[in-house]
Amino acid sequence: MKRRRALTLPPVHARFQAYGINHLRALVFSLGKLYRAPFSSALTLLVIAVALTLPTLFHVVLNNLQQVSPQWSQTAQISVFLQDSVADEQLPALATRLAQRPDVAVALPVTRAEALEEFRAHSGFAEALDTLGENPLPPLILVTPALEHGSTTTLEGLVNALNNMPEVSRALMDLQWVQRLFSIMEMLQRATLVLSLLLGLGVLLVVGNTIRLDVQNRREEIEVAKLVGATDAFIRRPFLYGGLWLGLGGAMLAVVIVTITILLLSGPVQALSQLYGGEWRLGGLGFQGTLALLGLGALLGLAGSWITVNQHLRHIEPR
Amino acid sequence: MILLRNVTKRYPNGHEALSRINLSLDRGAMAFLTGHSGAGKSTLLKLISLIERPSRGQIVVNGQNLESLSGRQVPYFRRQIGIIFQDHHLLHDRSVFDNVALPLVIQGYRQPEIARRVRAALDKVGLLHKENAEPVTLSTGEQQRVGIARAVVHKPAILLADEPTGNLDPHLSREIMQLFLRFNQVGTTVLVASHDLNLISSLGKPMVHLNEGRLQRREAEA
Ligand SMILES: Nc1ncnc2c1ncn2[C@@H]1O[C@H](COP(=O)(O)OP(=O)(O)OP(=O)(O)O)[C@@H](O)[C@H]1O
Ligand SMILES: [Mg+2]
Repeated sequence: MKRRRALTLPPVHARFQAYGINHLRALVFSLGKLYRAPFSSALTLLVIAVALTLPTLFHVVLNNLQQVSPQWSQTAQISVFLQDSVADEQLPALATRLAQRPDVAVALPVTRAEALEEFRAHSGFAEALDTLGENPLPPLILVTPALEHGSTTTLEGLVNALNNMPEVSRALMDLQWVQRLFSIMEMLQRATLVLSLLLGLGVLLVVGNTIRLDVQNRREEIEVAKLVGATDAFIRRPFLYGGLWLGLGGAMLAVVIVTITILLLSGPVQALSQLYGGEWRLGGLGFQGTLALLGLGALLGLAGSWITVNQHLRHIEPR
Repeated sequence: MILLRNVTKRYPNGHEALSRINLSLDRGAMAFLTGHSGAGKSTLLKLISLIERPSRGQIVVNGQNLESLSGRQVPYFRRQIGIIFQDHHLLHDRSVFDNVALPLVIQGYRQPEIARRVRAALDKVGLLHKENAEPVTLSTGEQQRVGIARAVVHKPAILLADEPTGNLDPHLSREIMQLFLRFNQVGTTVLVASHDLNLISSLGKPMVHLNEGRLQRREAEA
């Protein structure tokens, strides 16, 4: 047993040296192959890039939403409508009491008359109000919550607490849209996950198919290589590098596409944010995001070619 | 060096190409394998180079029982053998030089060493001036000789040749056979399958005759 191994396998240092040389050759060779078939390579790269771009854009949008949403929920106000029995003179004291709560930033009292003025000015029902003769509006306090993060649960807790106060007839959060936003974001998050999985699978398949064709085209070469003593690892290597380059190249292209898309969107988004008096800037992929995308692309390419090559290499034996 | 004990090869279609073959070839020896077309000459060479596995019997090559070689060891086993094929198996998308260099590239030789050895091998078969040619631009005989250069470039311990002179004129055939004799003189074990009885009987080496997959006679002792 020992003797046989000693006879068949070359010494360790020679194997290591051969290993390094072989890797270098496979790497150069696989790059050269991409270069020699520029059209089909470009097409494959583009398909991979598109498949990587879509979930990445979703991800970037989601990240941006998550960053601005705390600001939005902070700007949200709770309208605390008081019982009719509460007199205007009691209002400031009540507001002060509310403002002392840790989850309340500002509490602004609005008297019946002020509320009417406001309503008259903004609602367009001024004449209808005049015909009523008597002011139908209750006094209210506008509460701005002081929440660390825009999680809906604590907001709801505050609203419930306000509703339970005896002086309060109804506390209303004009926050439904924030809640909707959170739901939409959760949906988006899941959609991104599903999309990422599907398109990741797509990249695997695209790379796998490209490599499969490549293996078939080079069947004769593989047979001859096996005949003169090539190991499976040696034969596999150029294909693996081929897959790696495809994945990495596609990811690089995706980074470019995503960056351009964000640049295109950033103007309108800034205009939009100014309309809402905000100061949000559209965030890009960032350094870490870019690295992650490149790494993911390379990994998918490598995995795709690994699976395919292993599947097909077994069936190619010299005759 | 090469030892066959009771070797039978039955192909998946049921055809028995070799029946109960016993054969031994000593280290450094040389022999010719003859027989009609379909006698099983190629099959025998394929069994020795592990392209096919025997249905029954035992084969020992260079001290290794082929039965016990795992798939992972097969490549390293094949590196000890130079094989010249009936159809020369050249790769048409690369130059003569690159074809001959393949066994060395696979074994991870460095470029200067590869160039030196490839040129030496091409020189031996008289094709040094064609190193940059595409195989398709060569004559059949020249392609055959490129195949020979590729088989010997890594200095294998055993050389197997399947009809190496099938496409060559008598003069060139004799030259190629002389080449094999010279490889044998420097210690390589050589087994050549050939139809060309005229030529090989004049070379003074033992002949092994196959008939319908059976060993018939040996004209001299190996
Ligand atoms: N892969 C195969 N499957 C089935 N039968 C085969 C296979 N290879 C060879 N044979 C059969 O085995 C027999 C021996 O074939 P082999 O190629 O060894 O003959 P040969 O002596 O080399 O002939 P030739 O001189 O024509 O090359 C033939 O009858 C052939 O039809
Ligand atoms: Mg034959």
